[in-house]
Order: sequence, then C-alpha cells, then structure tokens
Amino acid sequence: MTELHHTAIHAVINNSSPQLSWNPFEDLATLFHFEFMVHAFQAGTIIAIVAGAIGYFVVLRGSAFAAHALSHIGFAGATGAVVIGLSPIAGLLAFTLGAGVAIGALGSRLRGRDVTIGIVLAWTLGLGVLFISLYRGYATEAYAILFGEILGISTSDVAVTLAAGVITLIAVGALYRPLLFSSVDEDLAAAKGVPVTALSIAFMAILAVAVTEAVQVVGVLLIFALVVTPAAIAVRFTSRPAIAIATGIGLALTFTWLGLAIAFYSPHPVSFFITSLAFATYVAVRIAEPLKTRMRRTTANATA
Amino acid sequence: MTDHPAIAARELSATYGSRAVWTGATFEIPSGSFTAILGPNGSGKSTLVRMVLGLLSAAEGDLEVLGKPPHRGNPSIGYVPQGSHFDPELSIRGRDFVGLGVDGHRWGMRITDRANQETKVAKAIASVDAKQYADRQLGRLSGGEQQRLLLAQALVGMPQLLLLDEPLSHLDVRNQQAMVQLISDVARERHLTVLLIAHDVNPLLPHIDHVLYVAQGRLAMGKPNEIITSESLSRIYSSPVEVLKDSRGRVFVVGLEEEVSHPHD
Repeated sequence: MTELHHTAIHAVINNSSPQLSWNPFEDLATLFHFEFMVHAFQAGTIIAIVAGAIGYFVVLRGSAFAAHALSHIGFAGATGAVVIGLSPIAGLLAFTLGAGVAIGALGSRLRGRDVTIGIVLAWTLGLGVLFISLYRGYATEAYAILFGEILGISTSDVAVTLAAGVITLIAVGALYRPLLFSSVDEDLAAAKGVPVTALSIAFMAILAVAVTEAVQVVGVLLIFALVVTPAAIAVRFTSRPAIAIATGIGLALTFTWLGLAIAFYSPHPVSFFITSLAFATYVAVRIAEPLKTRMRRTTANATA
Repeated sequence: MTDHPAIAARELSATYGSRAVWTGATFEIPSGSFTAILGPNGSGKSTLVRMVLGLLSAAEGDLEVLGKPPHRGNPSIGYVPQGSHFDPELSIRGRDFVGLGVDGHRWGMRITDRANQETKVAKAIASVDAKQYADRQLGRLSGGEQQRLLLAQALVGMPQLLLLDEPLSHLDVRNQQAMVQLISDVARERHLTVLLIAHDVNPLLPHIDHVLYVAQGRLAMGKPNEIITSESLSRIYSSPVEVLKDSRGRVFVVGLEEEVSHPHD
C-alpha cells in the first residue's frame, strides 16, 4: 500500500469523515467516488465469496482452529518477509502454505492435533514478535497484517486477489464431492477409493491461499469473522451443502459490504464493523433458534 | 448366480505392524449367503473387512473377492464402517449422504445426470424405509435412523457384497432385531452376500447361514449350530470354551474373551 493511500485514509478517518445525507443513492455515489473505496469493495467482494465457500468445509471438517492457526502462523511469515525486504503477502503465503500442508498431513483423526498446532502457533507468534523488533519503524505494516488494511488496496492488489480467488474457487469446485464425502465419513470415503490424506493436504493448501487473501481485509487476528462465522451461521439454517455454501457467501458479502459502508461514514476501523456484524448475527441466530423450536413445539401441541 | 464364491481365502495371514493378527485362514463365503463375523475385541475382525475392501494387503496367502483380487474403491461392495455415528452438529441431510454413496468418489461437482442420481438415492432410501427423515440433518437422527441411512448408502451403488462393521452396536434390542430383519430381507431380495461383524450373535441367529469366528490368531467358519457349541469352539481354539443357553434360548460364549489386547483398529 502506498503513502498516498494512507494519506487518503487518514484524511477520511481523522479529519473529514463524510456526513450521511438523507439520500442513500447520493451516499453510495459519494462512497464510490473514492478510488480506494472502489478497490476495497472489489477485493472485499472476491474475498467474501472465497471465504464463504471454503468456510462451509472448514466448519464441516471441524477445522476452525486449524484455519485460525494458519493465519497466526502466517504472521511470522509476513513480518519475516518484510525484514528481508520481501512483500509481506509473499511471506504470509509461504508460511500458511507450509503450515497448511503440515496440518493436512497430520490428518483429522490424530489425537491431540489441536495441541500440536497450538504449540507451533505460539512459537511462530514469538518469531513474529522478533521480526517486528528487527525491523524498526515497522509498526504500521505490522498493524495492517494483524488487523487488516483493506482501505489501502491498489489496482494491482485487486488483480492478484482476483486471480487467487478464481484459482481457489476452481480448486474447491474440482474437489467438491470427494471433499464433502471425506469430511462426512473419512473411513467410508477411503473405502470408496477417495485419497483422503492427499485430499486433506490439498484442502489445507487451498485454505492457506484463502486465509492469505482474507488477511488483507480483516487481518490475521480477525480471520474467524470471515472464514468461520458466516459458514457457522449458514449451517444453522440449512443442512443442504449447496445452500449452506450459498448462504455463507451471502453472509460474508453482507458483513463485508455493510462493514465497509459503515466505516466510510464513521471514524472507526473497517475490521471492527465486519467482525461486529458477524458476531451480532451469530448471537442473534443462536438466541432465535431455541425460541423458534419452542414455538414450533407449542404449535405442534396446540394442533395435536 | 455366479459360479465363484463371494470371498475365497487360502492360507491368508494378517499382520499389524510386525505382529501377526491372525494366520492361516482358509475359508469360502458362498455367494448370496449371510455370514456373521464374531470374536472378541481386537481379534482382527475389522482387519479382515479392510482386507476385503482392499485397504490392507495380506501378509501371506491369497484372497479373492467376487472372483478377483481385492482392490480399493470396488463398486461391487457396499460398506458400513465401524463406529459410524455422526456428530450432532454435522450439517448435511441424510439424502445428501446417501447421494455420496453414488458419486462421492468422483471429482468435481454434480452437474450432469442429476435426475438419474436422485432416482437412485430415492430408491435406496425407500428400500430401508427412511423416507420420513431422509431430509433431516443426519447428526440429529437417532442411532437406528442413522444406521438405516448408512445401509441405504451401502445399497445405493447396487453392490453384490455388503460389508457391515458392527451395524448393531449402538442400537437397543428392538432396533437390533428390526435392523437385522431389514438387512436379511434386502439381501434375499437382491441376492446379496452379507458379512456382518457383531458382538452378540443372538439377534442374528434366525437369519444367518454361517458364522466366521475370529479369535486367538485364528479363523474358523461353520454353520451356527455346528460351530457355536462348547465342544467345537474348545477344539478349534484348544482351550476350554463354554457355550451357555438361557431360558429364552439365547446363547453366550464364555472363554474366548481373554484375548491379549490388541490396539483396536
């Protein structure tokens, strides 16, 4: 991200937050008047689609912690890359891919897998801290990696995100049925000839790419909000895989778009709004669910 | 009907790491028969099933499945794995799960041939009387309902051989009897060969043709009333085994469970 973008962001955030008018179309026009907002919406849209789609499999496979850990392990890669003068995204991708393949090879049934992942995660975060201290004047970059900086995305960043997004979606589509099969019953899938270990590694590699993309929006610390929360909400509404994926994508898009729009008219960061929208929706669904079941039961009793 | 047996084993041996699980197994499972695989925990019952599935190769000897060497992903085998009961949060319908039995091993998404696939799935679901709950979330169904859908998944590919690894373990007595009756009816109707691993032979006795005993490193096969006797089991395993009968005619085998414990596979 360039200095110019930073100036633009700070101008918007600190001094002259645009005021909401009573005309929503005019407000939207104002919003898209800024190039950095257009880029943010473009990248945010691509990432929300990828995160929503892959999130269903993360939830189905019980890999939420692995997804979370991938992004944290990536933090060391990103900060390390900056120390040796490379792009943080390249370092992030290298570390998440490496960790993803390793976690995938461990297999989902290994007892204590989460403990192993957690131990590696803590160590790599320690490495990240070291790398930050080695690179002076690095606070802004570190902050962007930790919490996301979608308002600083350039045209070429959008192009890279689009390419990565398309590749991720094609890969998920290609693995769709065997991935679903092995997520539901690994023994059965293996007996039917599905290469379950190779599939587990491939899935974690795809997840690593998706996580690297999503870090641009919400940062490594807040990755759950885009990769896990939308899918976790979706599976409470439907148990049809295709509809759950579509719902997850829809929710991820809603959180991202609304979060961006609200942040544009407020002095607070985008990540806060995206994560809060995701959290509030999840809480609302969890509260509404038992009420709905109770109501259905009451109606059933009344008719019986 | 085919002229070869469904499964033929000659001097077959299985190892787990470097240790022998069982050795020298020679038996033939006739096509269209219903066989119960019995024996203590860790005696190697699942090992045999994994060999038939082609997931594990024999340490020694020959094995033929439907006249051919075993191979992974054999479409002529319908399989229900051990301990298959689903996480309550698992968000997939029973119908989707049965559908994976048709084409879950194929790459990509299901784009063409949907109608044909849906017909097959609906037929399989109807054949196990699971229509009522097939569209509900799989993990939220009862143990008996899940087992029926697992059976539907095994049947949907029109197999010749059914391998059921402890399909009765998580069911109460009434559900066990209903499940065995269902398996037996479907198998007779479709001329299927059934191999079913169980802990308790009693719910199976009215239906099975053969018993394959796996204990103390050896396999023994025979008709239920011939093999499940104190004399025959004591002779096969050269140790005192007692078969007891209670007032309702249920049989209990005592003396084979003192197995050197193997890691459960």
